[in-house]
Amino acid sequence: MPIAQKRAWVMMIASALAYLVYVVLVATNLSDPMADTPYVAPLLWTVGGSVAATVVAEIVIASTSGRQGRAATRTDERDREIDRFGDHVGQAFIIIGALAALVMVMLEWPYFWIANVIYLAFVLSAVLGSAARLAAYRQNFQPW
Amino acid sequence: MVKPTRVTNSVRGLRFRADEMTQAELADRIGVTRQTVIAIEQGRYSPSLEMAFRIAHVFGVGLDDVFQYTPDQEPQEQP
Repeated sequence: MPIAQKRAWVMMIASALAYLVYVVLVATNLSDPMADTPYVAPLLWTVGGSVAATVVAEIVIASTSGRQGRAATRTDERDREIDRFGDHVGQAFIIIGALAALVMVMLEWPYFWIANVIYLAFVLSAVLGSAARLAAYRQNFQPW
Repeated sequence: MVKPTRVTNSVRGLRFRADEMTQAELADRIGVTRQTVIAIEQGRYSPSLEMAFRIAHVFGVGLDDVFQYTPDQEPQEQP
């Protein structure tokens, strides 16, 4: 498996797991009304945990691949094209999330919902962007 | 869904005729991953023109001997 494909797996799993933990933490502490539910600490801890887990996994992948020789750490034009394709897919969700948050701010929605929409957009961007990369590695990928 | 390419190639055959060169060896010689060589051989990825020339150069043949293109069937001319 190319190192870039391993990175896509790490990004997808770390982001999805972090969001799953966040949803469980928030759902088990729901307030009435829902918008008063404490979300800041779970959000910061799960985002931080996801970043830390990704960094550790990247270091492990780089060191284990490095021991297998130069070929194992090589990236080529196909990897770069697939990476750009994944970024392109992921960006769509960032834009959708930003637009949704803008509308919610204009309508003066509670911070809880605005923060959750933005976080969900980031997670969807990371997970679906990585899924698109993994699909491109497995299936027919013609960059033109 | 991505349409399959009309570009076919003879990389696999050329490897076997070149002393059964392995995919890893070809990948090293053209500076790509082995997975990219596999994807090219299976027609799942069409390389750039430069990579195509590098592959042809490794086998010492022309580009046409490595890659072939089957165009759309054109409408027949009326007499």
